[in-house]
Amino acid sequence: MPTDEQISAEVRPSDLSQLEAGLDALETGGRQGPSVKTLFARALSPLIAIGVIIIIWQIIFYLQLQPDYVIPGPRQVWDALANQAEQQILWQSTLNSIRRAAQGFIIAVIIATPIGLALGLNSKLRAVFGPILTGLQVLPSVAWVPAAIIWFGLSDATIYTVILLGAVPSIANGLIAGMDQIPPIYLRVGQILGAKGLPRAWRIVLPASWPGYLAGLEQGWAFAWRSLMAAELIAVSPALGPGLGQMLDTGRTLGDMALVLGSIGMIMAVGILVERVVFSPLRQRTLRNRGLIR
Amino acid sequence: MTLTSGAHPVQQRADEGEFSVRIEHVVKQFTADGPIVLDDVSLDVRPGEFVSLVGASGCGKSTLLNLIARLDTQTSGTIETLGAPTLMFQEAALFPWLTAGRNVELALRFSNVPRSERKARAQELLALVHLERSYDQRPHELSGGMRQRVAIARALAQGRSILLMDEPFAALDAITRDFLHEELTRIWLETGMTIIFVTHNVREAVRLSQRVLLMSSRPGRIINEWNIGGHKPWRLDSPDVAHLASEITDELRKEIIRHAN
Repeated sequence: MPTDEQISAEVRPSDLSQLEAGLDALETGGRQGPSVKTLFARALSPLIAIGVIIIIWQIIFYLQLQPDYVIPGPRQVWDALANQAEQQILWQSTLNSIRRAAQGFIIAVIIATPIGLALGLNSKLRAVFGPILTGLQVLPSVAWVPAAIIWFGLSDATIYTVILLGAVPSIANGLIAGMDQIPPIYLRVGQILGAKGLPRAWRIVLPASWPGYLAGLEQGWAFAWRSLMAAELIAVSPALGPGLGQMLDTGRTLGDMALVLGSIGMIMAVGILVERVVFSPLRQRTLRNRGLIR
Repeated sequence: MTLTSGAHPVQQRADEGEFSVRIEHVVKQFTADGPIVLDDVSLDVRPGEFVSLVGASGCGKSTLLNLIARLDTQTSGTIETLGAPTLMFQEAALFPWLTAGRNVELALRFSNVPRSERKARAQELLALVHLERSYDQRPHELSGGMRQRVAIARALAQGRSILLMDEPFAALDAITRDFLHEELTRIWLETGMTIIFVTHNVREAVRLSQRVLLMSSRPGRIINEWNIGGHKPWRLDSPDVAHLASEITDELRKEIIRHAN
């Protein structure tokens, strides 16, 4: 039995660090990320929905409610796409559209980020230009297609103009929203650390607003992709080369419903793919790093 | 220097004229016709001194720290400091997008420490708070006490000689707080920093500091002062701490009761 004196003896520094290590071990750990199996299941679960949709579609097709040229079956749509693939049009169109959207999106990020930072940091600028930005975001960018054709003709400039007008406002507004949600204490810490000007924007404001900014980027990508499809659908010219929008327009011109549905399916598939491969992992990583999900 | 050596930093007491923080006749009102938050507060803190400010809610103790840290400006009066201070809050407020080590490195970067030295220096600072193994951990993976220790390392990274602490341990459990008291004393003895510590925990103030200042509420004034000898930290359960703490608590209660009428 220890005596009272032993109990009340001073804690030595070496004991202190050991006690602390013990406490640290007790208070942390015991957590792990999702298993490979869970990740796999998570990646595959959207396929279930696609399967259900194809089965329902097949049933409707069997019921013959409408003639085949109005509602083609999954098989016919598959054949139409296979036919395009044989002529090298399908992959060329898809890759060309993705390339355009990606390039337009990157330019949009480069333009929108300083705009968002400036408006988010300066309330006077925001009062003046904020409503215009919101107005541009509300306006469907397809409305710019006629204007862009008049200014730039049937050229790449037309297509990029429409993409930028679609994506820039979303990205800038997302960044501004993210900046509004920065916990004030981070900015106070920044002030105490002596952060000013560009280093402050780059090292503190931008990462602190990243969740909102990322949501803006995701929406900006969706707007870029939609705007591109609208532009490709309207601005059809051999000079512009192939694209999924053009493929859709070809289907319309030929009255080929299977090709129309196939093109729509491809446009959606690209959208889902980019979300799954690019944005979803980024979002998951962000949330996990910040301890917002396990 | 170690805890058990019984070192008295007070012994190297500075000349009367020397100060680390000098506050003279400071008045603070947030709006011109609003209440007076701080009323004619004057205070000299010697270099290397550990001073605690205690008081009930609304005594303006956090406001005073913000003024010293220059996060806010006083309505009148002057505040001089020997170099810029750094400030810690009740929350560790580590940046969640950076690992513990990177949080410390960011403070080094803003203090113009060359890139090549930052990593090693950050590791040293984490080792000082016994967290050398947590360099790559994210803030959410650390316990509250560990986060607050990283915050201490980050504050030390700035290389300032004055550390302002705004109820830094108020949100921690009793066991962790007890350890952090000992840690803080050890770091204070090792670095020789001037520390101004705000708390409403009287025992905490008595245990840690060389001087405890009691503040009144609405308006905030310094109404009493206790000088405390002996080496730090005292054990929380020591009779001396209990005795002095109850004396200060009595005064604090009188001050609170004054507001009931």
